[in-house]
Amino acid sequence: MSPVVTRPRHRSSAADDRPTDLAELCRRAADFLDDHDGQDSATFLRARFDAGLAWVGYPEGCGGWGLPLAWQSEVDRIFEEAGSPSNRPEVNDIGLGMAAPTILTFGTDEQKRRFLRPLWTGEEIWCQLFSEPGAGSDLANVSTRASRDGDEWRVTGQKVWTSRAHNAQFAILLARTDADVPKHQGMTYFLCDMTDPGIDVRPLRQITGEAEFNEVFLTDVRIPDSRRLGAVGDGWKIATATLANERVHIGGQGAARETGMIGVVAATWRRCPDRRAPDLHDRLMELWVDAEVSRLSGMRLQQKSTHGRPGPEGAAMKLSFARTNQRLTGLELEILGEDGLRYSDWTLVRPEEVELTGRDAGYRYLRAKGNSIEGGTSEVLRNIISERVLGLPSEPRVDKVSPWKELAK
Amino acid sequence: MSEPSDLDLLYTDVEDDLRAVVRRLLAQRCDPHAVAALYDGDRSPVAPLWHGLATELGLAGLIVSEDRGGAGATAREAAVVLEELGRAVAPVPFLTSSVIAATTLLDTDSTLVRSLAAGETVVALTLPWSTAPFDDLPSIAVDRGLLTGTMTSVAGAVEADVLLVPVATDEGVALYAVSSEEVQVTPIVSLDMTRQLADVCFSGVAGELMLLDAETAVRRGLEAGCALLASEQLGIAQWCLEATVAYVKDRRQFGRAVGGFQALKHRLADVYTGVESAAAAARYAAASLAAKSDDLSVACGVAQSYCSDQAVAAAEEAVQLHGGIGMTWEHPAHLYLKRAKADQLALGGPGAHRRQLADLVGISAS
Ligand SMILES: Cc1cc2nc3c(=O)[nH]c(=O)nc-3n(C[C@H](O)[C@H](O)[C@H](O)COP(=O)(O)OP(=O)(O)OC[C@H]3O[C@@H](n4cnc5c(N)ncnc54)[C@H](O)[C@@H]3O)c2cc1C
Repeated sequence: MSPVVTRPRHRSSAADDRPTDLAELCRRAADFLDDHDGQDSATFLRARFDAGLAWVGYPEGCGGWGLPLAWQSEVDRIFEEAGSPSNRPEVNDIGLGMAAPTILTFGTDEQKRRFLRPLWTGEEIWCQLFSEPGAGSDLANVSTRASRDGDEWRVTGQKVWTSRAHNAQFAILLARTDADVPKHQGMTYFLCDMTDPGIDVRPLRQITGEAEFNEVFLTDVRIPDSRRLGAVGDGWKIATATLANERVHIGGQGAARETGMIGVVAATWRRCPDRRAPDLHDRLMELWVDAEVSRLSGMRLQQKSTHGRPGPEGAAMKLSFARTNQRLTGLELEILGEDGLRYSDWTLVRPEEVELTGRDAGYRYLRAKGNSIEGGTSEVLRNIISERVLGLPSEPRVDKVSPWKELAK
Repeated sequence: MSEPSDLDLLYTDVEDDLRAVVRRLLAQRCDPHAVAALYDGDRSPVAPLWHGLATELGLAGLIVSEDRGGAGATAREAAVVLEELGRAVAPVPFLTSSVIAATTLLDTDSTLVRSLAAGETVVALTLPWSTAPFDDLPSIAVDRGLLTGTMTSVAGAVEADVLLVPVATDEGVALYAVSSEEVQVTPIVSLDMTRQLADVCFSGVAGELMLLDAETAVRRGLEAGCALLASEQLGIAQWCLEATVAYVKDRRQFGRAVGGFQALKHRLADVYTGVESAAAAARYAAASLAAKSDDLSVACGVAQSYCSDQAVAAAEEAVQLHGGIGMTWEHPAHLYLKRAKADQLALGGPGAHRRQLADLVGISAS
C-alpha cells in the first residue's frame, strides 16, 4: 500500500466519523463486515472504499480516513480473515503502488473521483508508459511526443518494457510536450486510456520464457486535456514522485517475518535435509539476517513516511531488496542441486499476475534478475543515494541545459 | 599433499589454430537464435552442428589415441574446444561424450571407443549431471544380466546412441553399455536447454559388460569432466565480458556512453579480473589432466570452485549491465546465464569441491 498520506485539510462534519484509534478502526471494519455479505465482489469492494476502509491512510472520500499507515495491515487482516472479496492487488501493483499515490498527490478532485475507486477495487488495471528504447535510466530523455490539439492532446511514440500493458485499461504516461526547452522541463504527465485505437501492444518475451512486459506503439492517441496530471511541463517532477513510490512499493514488502523470498528458500532448506551442507547453511543464515533486517527497515521507513512522502530512503530499500532476492534465489538453486537443473515450463505465455516468489526455483532465479533493473537500476539507485542523500558531487552532465532537440541522440 | 607442478598455462600455436577452426564453424552453424529455439523444442540445429564438429573437424575422438581411432590430442586441446563451445553456448555432446564417456571408456578395451572417436556413436555416462567425482556413485541394479532402475537428470543422454551404466554388483561398481534404443530416455524441461537432461529408465534390459571393477574408470571420467568443464565456464565468462563491454561502449544514456560511468567501468574491471583468473585456473586443470599430474585432484577442485562461480558472476553482470534488454529472450545474454547457472550445479558444484579440496590440502573443517 502506498505510504503517501495527505491529511484532510478541513474538518467537515463527516470528519467527526473519523476513527480516533486503531481499536475503533477495527470495530468499524467488523461492523462493515456485518452489514455487507460480499456476495457481489465489485459491490462489496466499492462499499469498502466508500466506507474509508480501502487504504486507511488516504484522505476521506479517497478510500480512507487519513490515518497512520501502520494501521492498514490490521484492517487488511480483518477483511482477509473474514474471507471477504479481495481487490487482487497482485494483478494491479502498478495501479496501487504507483498510479494511485501520484493521482492522489497531483490529481484534480475530478481525477481523484474518477480514477481512485475503480483502481482500488481492481475494476481498472493500470500500467506505466514511461520507459522507451532511448530512455531507460535516462528517463528524462523520452521522445514520445504529445501535441496540443484544442481540448485534446495527440500522442505518438514508442514505449518499451511495459508490464501489464496487455490487460491494462489505463496508463500513467510520460510524454514530451516541448522539445525547445532542456529535457527535464519539456515533459508532461498524462492518464492514458489503453483502449484507444491508436495503441498497439506487442508482447516482449523475457528470460523466464513468458511475456510479462510489452512494447507499446502509440500512433495519434487522443487524450483529453482533462486527463493531464499536473501542469504542462511538470511531467518530470511528477514522474520522479511516481518512481519514489514504485521503489518503496517494490522494496518494502511484507510485515511478517519470513515473508517473501526468504520464506520460500527457508522452506526449501527445511524440506531438503539431504541437501544440507555447512557452506550453504552459512550463506542461508547470512541472507536470513539480511531479509529480517530489510523487513525491519521497511517497518522503520513506513513509520517515517507517515509524516510525508517517500524520500530517497526508498532507494536503499529497493537496493537491498533486489540484492537479497537475487542472492537467495541463486542459493536456492545450489541447495536444490540436481532438482535445480530442472525448469517448469519455457512456453511463451502472457501471465496475468507476476509472483516473484511463485513457480519453481529456476523461474525465481531468473525473474529476480529484473529486480535490480525495473523501477530504476541498482546503479541508478546508488547514484540517487550518493548524490541526494549523501550530497556527493554529481557526475559532470552534458545534457541538462541545452534544449532537448539539440542533444545528440 | 600433492605438489603443484610447473605447467604451461598459455596456448600453443596448434591450440590457437584449433580454436580458429572451431570458432569459424560455430560462427557458421551455431546461430544464437537457433540456440534459443531449443527452449521451444526445436532441436534441428543440433545434429548438423555436431556432425560438423565431430566428423568434419574430427573432434569426437580428439583425446582418443591414434591407435584407437582418435586424433591423439590431449586435454589441453579439448579445453580449447570447450572454451569455444562455451562462448557459443553450443548445444553439442562434446563434454559428455568426447570427454567424460571417452575417458571412462579408455580404461576398457572396448571397441566402442573407435566408433565414438569416429563420430559415429555418441556415448553418455549415465549418472545425474550433479554427481561429483568424489560422491557415492548412484547405480542401477542388475539381475542375471538384466538392468533395472532409473537414473535421473542425465546429461548427454538425449543425444546418445549408447549409454554407459554404472551397475551395483557384489564386488562394487561395474560398467555396462546399453543401446539407448532399448531404454526409455525421457527428456526433461531443463534450466539449460542447450544441455538438455533426461531421465533414463531401465526396465530389465540386457547390457553388455564393459568393465567389472569400474569405479576408478567412472571417477576418472567425472574428474576429466570437472577439469574441462572449467574451460567451458571460462568461455561463457569471456563471451559475457566481451559482449557487455561492447554494449556499454555503444549504449548512450544521459548524453554519453554508459560505459564511461566509473561505476560500470569498475564492475567490468572486476569481471575482467575474474575472467583472467578463471583462465589460469582452467588452464592449470587442463594441463594437469593432460600431464596426468599428481596434482590433478587439487587442480580440479580449484578450477571447479573458482570457474563455476566466475561464470555465473560474469553472466549475472552481463544481464544487469545490459539493462532491460538483458532480460529479454531476443538478446542472447539469457542463454549464457542459464548455461552458467546449470554448469555451476553440475559435477558437484563449487561448495562440494571446496569441501573436498579442504581435505586434499589439509585444511579440515574441524
Ligand atoms: C521486469 C521489468 C519490468 C519493467 N516494467 C516497466 C514498466 O512497466 N514500465 C516502464 O516504463 N518501464 C519498465 N521497465 C523498464 C525499466 O525501468 C528500465 O529497464 C530501466 O530503467 C533501465 O533502463 P534500460 O533498460 O534502458 O537500461 P540502460 O539505462 O540502458 O542501462 C544499461 C546499464 O547502464 C547502467 N547505467 C545507466 N546509467 C547509469 C549511470 N548514470 N551510472 C551508472 N550506471 C548507469 C544501468 O544501471 C544498466 O546496468 C521494466 C524493466 C524490467 C526489467
